[in-house]
Amino acid sequence: MKKHPALKYFRFDRPGNPHLWCPGCGIPQIWYYTIKAIEELKLDIDKILWVGGSGCTGRMCTYWIGDYFHTLHGRPLGFATGVKLANPELTVICHMGDGEVAGIGGNHLIQTARRNVDLTAIVVNNFNYGMTGGQFSPTTPRGAFTMTSQLGHIEYPFDLCKLAATCGATYVARWTTFHSRALINSIKKGIQKKGLSFIEVISQCPTQYGRRNKIGNGMQMMKWFKRSSIRKEKAEKTPKEELKDKFIVGEFVDIEKAEFGASLRGLIKKRRKESVKN
Amino acid sequence: MNKRILSGTHLFQGDEACVEGAIAAGCNLFAGYPITPATEISERLSWRLFDVGGIFVQGADELDSLTIVIGAACAGWKSMTATSGNGICLMQECIGYAAITETPCIIVDVQRAGPGTGAATKTMQGDVYQVRYGSNADYSIIALAPESPQEMFDLTVEAFNLSETYRVPTFILADEIVGHMREKVVIPEKVKIIQRKRAKFPPQEFLPFKVESDTDVPPMPAFGEGYRMPVSGLTHTETGSPSTDYEVQKRMVSRLWNKVEKNVEKITKIESAYLEDAQVIVLAYGSVARSAKSAVLEARRQGLKIGYLRLITIWPFPDKVIENIAKRKPKAIIFPEMNMGKMVREVKRVAGERTKVISFPKPGVELHKPKEIYNLIRRVTN
Ligand SMILES: Cc1ncc(C[n+]2csc(CCOP(=O)(O)OP(=O)(O)O)c2C)c(N)n1
Ligand SMILES: [Mg+2]
Repeated sequence: MKKHPALKYFRFDRPGNPHLWCPGCGIPQIWYYTIKAIEELKLDIDKILWVGGSGCTGRMCTYWIGDYFHTLHGRPLGFATGVKLANPELTVICHMGDGEVAGIGGNHLIQTARRNVDLTAIVVNNFNYGMTGGQFSPTTPRGAFTMTSQLGHIEYPFDLCKLAATCGATYVARWTTFHSRALINSIKKGIQKKGLSFIEVISQCPTQYGRRNKIGNGMQMMKWFKRSSIRKEKAEKTPKEELKDKFIVGEFVDIEKAEFGASLRGLIKKRRKESVKN
Repeated sequence: MNKRILSGTHLFQGDEACVEGAIAAGCNLFAGYPITPATEISERLSWRLFDVGGIFVQGADELDSLTIVIGAACAGWKSMTATSGNGICLMQECIGYAAITETPCIIVDVQRAGPGTGAATKTMQGDVYQVRYGSNADYSIIALAPESPQEMFDLTVEAFNLSETYRVPTFILADEIVGHMREKVVIPEKVKIIQRKRAKFPPQEFLPFKVESDTDVPPMPAFGEGYRMPVSGLTHTETGSPSTDYEVQKRMVSRLWNKVEKNVEKITKIESAYLEDAQVIVLAYGSVARSAKSAVLEARRQGLKIGYLRLITIWPFPDKVIENIAKRKPKAIIFPEMNMGKMVREVKRVAGERTKVISFPKPGVELHKPKEIYNLIRRVTN
């Protein structure tokens, strides 16, 4: 049998056989797309740090063969900022759940984007708190059924990409697990960008979300993503009413701006110059 | 000002002396959120750290601050944050994370009166439990209580050394009085600096959480050094793999506990005077010790046989020290604290029936006056 090309980057002694995600889950796909991006960029394994928090998405880092930082629920970006400041040579990739990034860790996202820290933040948006059994999250659509919205969800969801863009991220993109090539390219771009890259991946959680909302298994959910996705460029020319229930995918922001660590190190140089003058 | 050690004699506020201690000890990153009475630490570091090639970050809150500090520490830097009681409340989850990941980091708590927002500009020793027991489950930390700006310097250096040695979050448990008072601070030419233990084995043979020698502290490679470090807040085996197995939990938690508690005698620092013939002992820590010392000196002048004992290390609690004085069966131990009586429970636990332990609590805002302690000494000795 042919071995899966990602296996050489995989830790086999971690819980699950070989991993803990449910059948049909989108997370292992995104794990592989991240590996593809790393491989295509020919990055040195020992100069990459994978960061995660708590949740199904948070566990992604624990299977990465290199350095990993499995941190607190919602706070990967804070921990990652500390690492990046101390060692700017490292490529730091953070995978976070929608609950983490838009709920408990919302402030970390806002501040990290505002500061423009050189990190790649990949958000797995499965529309719910997967690991705790499928409760609603800040991205759960109105009307959806989850374990804590059994009567139909009444809150409005966040648009994560708009949030990240408004806060100052220098690269912002959204794809679904169906858009494998575009997503890999985005991750590559995000890694290379000197600043905060924010990539939202709409992902299937068949066990919790798909089942309760009668969308079906992993494959059926991906077909739903395919059916309901519309490119940003096309969406701009489409009447608003027709965009309801659509996933607008594409690149939303791609700009250059001074990066946090570089600016801070600039202050060191500035003080050195001043002390030479005096 | 690009020297790490500002040798010489200075007139420093406690908070400023703490900054110089941190820089002398090799601190390279500070992240903190402004809060009275610790703000001056941030303010001085916001330029001083850049002078020595380090980085200052103003955190968006205390969670942001401590996550950044822990991140930098895992990347190999010495790092610190500073806050006050309500900031510690917000940091508790991160403190537990630093404990389970065995990440050295310094948390300066310049205590203010509480609970809640309390009296922000006033003093208290209200946080002695929350720095020890505030995060969930069982782990150990180290906490040092300075009584003066000089000790804000000395003990900050010491805190870094202890934190690096034992790989635990280490607290400077100061209070508003010590943080804000100005006094002479003498900074020596050189300070003793300890760096965390590095791995002896090449990456292929290295187990991240295996203890190599007789200590309970594993070596700590930084991210990016090729050791492929698995750092996680989950219960983990020696390889770093997450586990829910009882034996794994037992081994890990015991080690997190023992690496500090078994070394309590090595860690403990105290100051004492007149214990030999003491019939009554006044015990104190932090700024209250200044009033206590003054009261004891006055009592001695009046011919009373009063001893003085100051705890510099308050966690791990120095049982042996209390044991040794309890053994002599003094008539009483008087223990003034600026809280409703917290550390006194530890003292009572150790002293048992052998001596009377008299708590002298004050609820914050106002320091014990020497006269108040002196009067209590009088009442007890009569
Ligand atoms: C402080 C804290 N609160 C709650 C939890 C429990 N918890 C663990 S994972 C999780 C939800 C994760 O949802 P999300 O971030 O969307 O990730 P997913 O599992 O869906 O990938 C929660 C609430 C926690 N670990 N820490
Ligand atoms: Mg989720």
